[in-house]
Amino acid sequence: MRALPFAYLVLAFAFIYLPVATLVLFSFQGGTLPVSPFDGPSLRWYREVLSDDDLTDALVNSLFVATLSSALAVTLGFLAAYGLARHTLSGSVLIRSLLIAPITVSYLIVGLGLLIVVQRLGLGVSLLTVGIGHVVINLPLCFAILYASMGAQQENAERAARDLGATEAQVVRLITVPMLAPAILAAFFLSVTLSWDEFIIAFLLSRFDVTLPVEIWSLLRSGLSPRLNAVGSFVFLVSVTAVLILEILVFRKRR
Amino acid sequence: MTAPVSLTNIDHHFGAFHALKGISLDIGAGEYIALLGPSGCGKTTLLNVLGGFVEPMQGRVDIGGRDMTHVPAAKRPTTTVFQDYALFPHMSLLDNVGFGLRMAGLGRRARHDKARAALSLVGLEEAAQKRPHALSGGQRQRVALARALAVEPDVLLLDEPLGALDLKLRRQMQDELKAIQRKVGTTFVHVTHDQEEAMAIADRIVVMNAGRIEDIGTPARVYRQPQSLFAAAFMGEMNRIAVTGHGDSIETPFGPLARSGAGALTLCIRPEALCHAGEGFDLGPATVRDAAFFGTHVRAHLSPVAAPELTLVAHLPACAVPAEGTQIALRADVEDVLVFDTEDDHATH
Repeated sequence: MRALPFAYLVLAFAFIYLPVATLVLFSFQGGTLPVSPFDGPSLRWYREVLSDDDLTDALVNSLFVATLSSALAVTLGFLAAYGLARHTLSGSVLIRSLLIAPITVSYLIVGLGLLIVVQRLGLGVSLLTVGIGHVVINLPLCFAILYASMGAQQENAERAARDLGATEAQVVRLITVPMLAPAILAAFFLSVTLSWDEFIIAFLLSRFDVTLPVEIWSLLRSGLSPRLNAVGSFVFLVSVTAVLILEILVFRKRR
Repeated sequence: MTAPVSLTNIDHHFGAFHALKGISLDIGAGEYIALLGPSGCGKTTLLNVLGGFVEPMQGRVDIGGRDMTHVPAAKRPTTTVFQDYALFPHMSLLDNVGFGLRMAGLGRRARHDKARAALSLVGLEEAAQKRPHALSGGQRQRVALARALAVEPDVLLLDEPLGALDLKLRRQMQDELKAIQRKVGTTFVHVTHDQEEAMAIADRIVVMNAGRIEDIGTPARVYRQPQSLFAAAFMGEMNRIAVTGHGDSIETPFGPLARSGAGALTLCIRPEALCHAGEGFDLGPATVRDAAFFGTHVRAHLSPVAAPELTLVAHLPACAVPAEGTQIALRADVEDVLVFDTEDDHATH
């Protein structure tokens, strides 16, 4: 009877990972079509991707937008969480709900809304507006993660630091941030992976300089090619790396 | 370092809750004071007023002769040992203990030397590089103490510091706290709800209830001659007997007692003050309902023949356990018989 659960396990993982595995496999295809039979392995398409300036530019843009927008989202999320967790404000429940509510709005709506605002203000779309869009979608997440991890333990340690003569800035720098480091890193890397993979907002809010998902989409319009598989594998690799860093930095520490 | 503390007419509300009601208290330099009372009596609020974590709505706080009422915690010559220790989990013990010195702008070398000295005061110099999570509860408590003492405060505030320790360790830490206080000479103010702990460590006990001070005095005085019915009952087990005052004599179920008093009164006698030998106030014979051997004494429930509806608790000498149903004569030293106005008991309203 143990065969049945085992078969189920294999099927479940196949269901999840088969598409990705196929994508990665045919990125090593030797010929010009990413379909069976597999005639690799060959690094031809990776070579081609890395020598394509549009793709490498998009890749650098993506990293740039993901890192900076995540850093900003985490900083703003931290400040909001610290303020709301440590001070009694009138209407703090409302403020908290308003900060988290954008999670429920679809990326398409957020992107369209931002597009309308940006055009009304007469600002052109650019990587900056993509970054702003990613801050908008990642801030609620960062805030929620950081707010949830601000417990009584930090609060008491902060009180002890104040008692020993620390100024507010020293309390935040020497006590709150180091004690919350796992949550801050978790929020940052989660935000990086979401920004890295995000398409709709990046598509709506950019024109000449684009992020990698947008570049991939424009490649897709010219038909299937193992080049796409190579880029896709690369995107996947970066996401996996971010998640692994997250795992190592955050969850190892907690054990 | 050390300094006297003076609280004048401290009054504080939390919303509708009247936490402190006109508290005035003078503490001498180098004194060990215990703030004792049930939870919600205002003792921790009073400690927070001293530490600068709560700004009182009225009144004045002087430390070392300087007005500190509106000075924030960071700038006061006080440090606190918190109930949950509040150690910094991401720092070594050395950095934990040296934190206050670092905030005071002391250089690395001097800071580490002083922090090591403070750690050795509590017997943890070997563990200087460890992190707090590697320590036991008792050791964390010592680190919290070393951290608070390292900056050489004038006044050390301790908020139920031994509450999380088991009984044996608690008794041991009481002795250590007292020894360390004698050594450094700092004024200690220690909040506790355990009257035995208060008696074991304090030079003077401040008994608090419902935002007021019920009694202030040495442990022996507060235990034996409490100034209020609440203090009498809170300091330990107490037999309470309802009696009536008639001016210069009090009518009791055991005959008149030559004390002045009027109206509804409460007569208080500690269990160990009830014995069946010697001179004093005669409670007559009493029937033993049950008796149990406690090592140092025999604890017995008794029904006095003169007032069978009463149940008295007596601590009798441990040499013999009286059989159930036997009668013994009860007497108490007149000094040990206390009388209070029944209305004095703030606990009831």
